Amino acid sequence: MADIINFTIDGKECVAEKGTLILQAVQENDIYIPTLCNYKGVKPQGSCRICTVRANDRLTTACTTPVGDGMEIENDTSEINDFRKSVIELLFVEGNHFCPACEMSGECELQALAYRFQMMVPRFTYQFPKREIDARHPKILKDQNRCIRCKRCIRTIKDEKGRSVFAFFGRGKNIEVNVDPVLGSKLTDKLAAKAVEVCPVGSILPREKGFRTPIGQRKFDHEPIGSEYKH
Amino acid sequence: MSKPVLATATLAGCFGCHMSLLDIDEKILDLIELVEFNKSPLTDIKNFTKKCDIGLIEGGCCNSENVHVLKDFRKNCNILVSFGECAIMGGLPAFRNPIPIKECLEEAYLNGPSVKGNNKSGIIPNDEEIPMMLDKVYPCHEIVKIDYFLPGCPPSAELIWNALTALITGNEMELPYEVIKFD
Repeated sequence: MADIINFTIDGKECVAEKGTLILQAVQENDIYIPTLCNYKGVKPQGSCRICTVRANDRLTTACTTPVGDGMEIENDTSEINDFRKSVIELLFVEGNHFCPACEMSGECELQALAYRFQMMVPRFTYQFPKREIDARHPKILKDQNRCIRCKRCIRTIKDEKGRSVFAFFGRGKNIEVNVDPVLGSKLTDKLAAKAVEVCPVGSILPREKGFRTPIGQRKFDHEPIGSEYKH
Repeated sequence: MSKPVLATATLAGCFGCHMSLLDIDEKILDLIELVEFNKSPLTDIKNFTKKCDIGLIEGGCCNSENVHVLKDFRKNCNILVSFGECAIMGGLPAFRNPIPIKECLEEAYLNGPSVKGNNKSGIIPNDEEIPMMLDKVYPCHEIVKIDYFLPGCPPSAELIWNALTALITGNEMELPYEVIKFD
């Protein structure tokens, strides 16, 4: 039998198997932790920092840190939640996220997080960077204005030989997720649909299929993101 | 006690947020009971005639006139509220922000498909009567201090009503999940 360890989340006593990541352990206890770069079935990378918790008085990402025996985790506190909100705000000012004109509005995880954390206005100055839209591929559009560089597409969308269809290009603040021209042209319908699905924002779009779901029926119109968890 | 005084303005916006304000339907009659309107496109009062309690700002700042009006509102209103995405983040007009202003004007007056070859004098309007375009479209809170923000394109009538009644009565504002939307 696997070792069972005890830990607390915001004072509540919980148990988990040894070696479980904090994110999974907390979710198994029906408690919500916001995530963005994390995607089910993909190795976590801890890059967006939205799942940050305070574990034994130290800030760390819940998606990459294993839970320890006797660990005291702070999750739903005003300090941690304000920190998470600031991460969302940074993402909003860093790109060009104009929700009213976005095909994914209502289905977007970044927007849904902003709703959940009640972001009325980002505390940072809007950058209005110049970014391009790449419409050269037969099945998908890549809008760099909305890309948050979470690498979810790079990590999941691979062809039959295991080659990534998406890849980073450039460095620093100019880094972009680009589509491989050859692999992009051969993208199957299934893989294209998957790419659209894994993108948490409206950066990877299906061609000729915008605004399909009416307002009021979209994923986050009535229920906040994370409503599947009780706490 | 005299009624609180409300003023509204549209800067670089489409009037959609004002339409959403009117979308409170018959509650507009309650609003008239609750507040007195001053400078606003709804009353057509052009200049402030007294100090106001609440100023509602729609639209961001795209030219010198917007900045002038916004500063005038800040001077004359105790509480200033940005309502709508344009006031909060520049909105649709801010699509021009990544493009240098010179290129925007040349496209509009010299090179665009509807003007190319027709603007024989090659002049970009520059009369001093015309407000000067800013280099970028600025969110209102980057020009003056803004006290509250009501997101949405437009903000729902319910959100505007909740915010106004909360400000007027001094009660805490109700913010159900479904009233805060960015689209």
